[in-house]
Amino acid sequence: MNTLLTRSKNLGQYGIFGAFVVICLGLAVINPQFMTVSNWTIIITQVSINALLAFGVTFVIITGGIDLSLGSMVAVTGVVAASLAHPDTYPVIVPIGVGVFSGVAMGALNGLVITKSKVPPFIVTLGMMTIGRGLALILSKGRPISNLSDSFNFIGGGSVLGIPFPILILVVFFILCTLLLKKTVLGRYIYAVGGNEHAATASGIRVNKVKMAVYTLCGGLAGLAGILLTARITTGQPNAGAGFELDAIAAAIIGGTSTSGGTGTMTGTLIGALLIGVISNGLDLLNVTSYYQQVVMGAIIIGAVVLDSWNQKK
Amino acid sequence: MTRQPDQLLQVRNLSKSFVGVKALDQVQLDLKKGEVHAVMGENGAGKSTFMKILMGLLSPDSGEIWLEGDVLKNADVNETLKRGISMIHQEMLVVPELTVAQNIFLGREKTNWLPFWLDDAHTNAQAEAILQQMGVDIAPTTLLKHLSVAEMQMVEIAKAISNNAKVIIMDEPTSAISDKEVATLFKIIKDLKQQGVGILYISHKMDEIFQISDTITVLRDGQYIGTKPASELDQPTLISMMVGREITNLFPKIVPSKGEVVLSVKRLTRQGVFSDITFEVRKGEVLGLAGLMGAGRTEVARAIFGLDRYDNGEIQLNGQTIRIHSPAEAIALGIGYVSEDRKGLGFIPAMTIQDNITLSSLPQHAKAGWVMTDSEASVATHMMQNLRIKATGAAQKVSHLSGGNQQKVVIAKVLQAAPDVVILDEPTRGIDIGAKFEIYKLINDLTAQGIAVVMISSELPEILGLSHRILVLSKGKQTTLLAREEATQDVIMKYAMQ
Repeated sequence: MNTLLTRSKNLGQYGIFGAFVVICLGLAVINPQFMTVSNWTIIITQVSINALLAFGVTFVIITGGIDLSLGSMVAVTGVVAASLAHPDTYPVIVPIGVGVFSGVAMGALNGLVITKSKVPPFIVTLGMMTIGRGLALILSKGRPISNLSDSFNFIGGGSVLGIPFPILILVVFFILCTLLLKKTVLGRYIYAVGGNEHAATASGIRVNKVKMAVYTLCGGLAGLAGILLTARITTGQPNAGAGFELDAIAAAIIGGTSTSGGTGTMTGTLIGALLIGVISNGLDLLNVTSYYQQVVMGAIIIGAVVLDSWNQKK
Repeated sequence: MTRQPDQLLQVRNLSKSFVGVKALDQVQLDLKKGEVHAVMGENGAGKSTFMKILMGLLSPDSGEIWLEGDVLKNADVNETLKRGISMIHQEMLVVPELTVAQNIFLGREKTNWLPFWLDDAHTNAQAEAILQQMGVDIAPTTLLKHLSVAEMQMVEIAKAISNNAKVIIMDEPTSAISDKEVATLFKIIKDLKQQGVGILYISHKMDEIFQISDTITVLRDGQYIGTKPASELDQPTLISMMVGREITNLFPKIVPSKGEVVLSVKRLTRQGVFSDITFEVRKGEVLGLAGLMGAGRTEVARAIFGLDRYDNGEIQLNGQTIRIHSPAEAIALGIGYVSEDRKGLGFIPAMTIQDNITLSSLPQHAKAGWVMTDSEASVATHMMQNLRIKATGAAQKVSHLSGGNQQKVVIAKVLQAAPDVVILDEPTRGIDIGAKFEIYKLINDLTAQGIAVVMISSELPEILGLSHRILVLSKGKQTTLLAREEATQDVIMKYAMQ
């Protein structure tokens, strides 16, 4: 037992990446289907939406906050974009631009209320979750919006040089988010605010501006995810995205972002999102029903945090 | 070992290593009944490891602990508490939302004939009896969150008494309480002595060690240096035992300042906190801010730095009237503040030394929002050398440093923003003699560079040793402004108590 404990602690040292590799190798042995290019293309395409949301919420969680309105923002931006994306109306940049902007606006509103009212982010974004869902239903009159232009649908279903477009978007935004967090002044301030908000204030950091920035950024990425989803299912669905916020938060946490703020990386979040994708894909290949998949996912979230807290103690 | 009736606690050859580093090496201790025994040493000397082992929070690698002639083996906290060892922690371990009585009996709740039914009346009566016996006037039904730090400490001592403690460990009990409260504490300690309780006393304050302790044991780098009756020691000898070398002049020589006025504060008032504070600081001058805990010194500093609002008055910097709304503005204008609350306001524990040092001046190391790591690294390395920050490197996390080195990182951060005036609030609180000495020299260097310094300190020797002029505050008002020549401990205390 003792050696098992130390061994799993050592595993924790390599973090979730080690666990991810082990699980992938295991699945590859059990089912040769798993390690094929076509299967991985499916996994990453499926993961892309959750990963974009998870990148956004990682910024927020590192500052010590949370955003529960992601799923609703996906629905709003989806509906907004879809209503502007019918064939022979506007050029494709219009639904994309307005869609992303609606996410940015909702995120900025989150940030504004959180910084001005000092109400905890959990409550503000919980409210925004319901408001957003209502807005999506109002804007769509409760009906799905279909008949979208081919150029819009290309975002979700097309490929460039054989690589699905969602994967390209994922890669580009992973790089951008990583650079922002690691290489810019804003990124440094995000860590400082989550690491010790009072010390950050006393160091001359305008904490409210940093918080505004992360919630706005998170909204913008949710907008992008909403457009990606809408283009993939070729419909603007007012009920889309329900529960997405929890998957995104799970990806960030599995990837080592601490909910108390101050630590976390985009690479960790990406691996967290991939792990969620790989496990549901792997369990599909093993013919495990989706009921059991949920149980496994929950156990993995808890397991990842336990592993992380062991690491912290060392 | 033989049973010796007046020996309360005997420690023999206690050793403990952490991953190959010896934290304690062959440490000895004898605590008699009714004795106050000071354990002295710089930060990192092994005092806290030692106390943690005594409390059963850590287990030693080798060595023995005897309590009243019985060996304590593999005892955990519950066991040591039951056997009569209690600790008053520096960070008060109390539950703010519970009452005084509930805190005193936490974990040993009084019940009536139903073993799960709380007996509040009995609990309150017992708590009241103990508090009365201590001569402390606190109602047992008060919520802990409504008490001052000193009162919370009394509750912790009451808890130890209720637990029939034979040995009470006090870890820096006077670090956050006023002089009057210290007097109350010392009276209680004397009562406890009378009752035969042995007290292990940890403190960095020299005066108080000689005032209260009977015996002094010194540790250095985990080594046992020696034990002597307090009456046979003087301050320089004790310091050299702790530091391992002699520090002759604790305070550097002060050069008179004749520069122009940098910061000028006129009739600054924050209603109900402080009023009509007026002073000026010149280039290369140290203005000492003396006063008792709660006199409003920190509050004045916070208002000048933009952490709190002020209602009336005027602040001028280099002749310009300024109005500051946030620390960001204060820093941009050239005001630096090193807070007394190092952990709360000073640094970001999870970030590296380098990232902390550049935190207030990051835009200087950035182009178009892009951080230039090379420029950061060279500044951090330079600062670490200048301030002699002891660490494995600039990439070490600040949470892993000693208190003195953390303080130097905070000072480095403030200096990096190129201030004209620096407010140092209790700059040497909780740091050891060696690092104190270095910070004194650093203050002298700052004034030599023409920086104006406002220094708040509760340690009078520090105020007297470093300041050109001394402003004394009492109850939110300034009572006098003394020139260096006319200031003595007695004069300052007279005005501080006014």
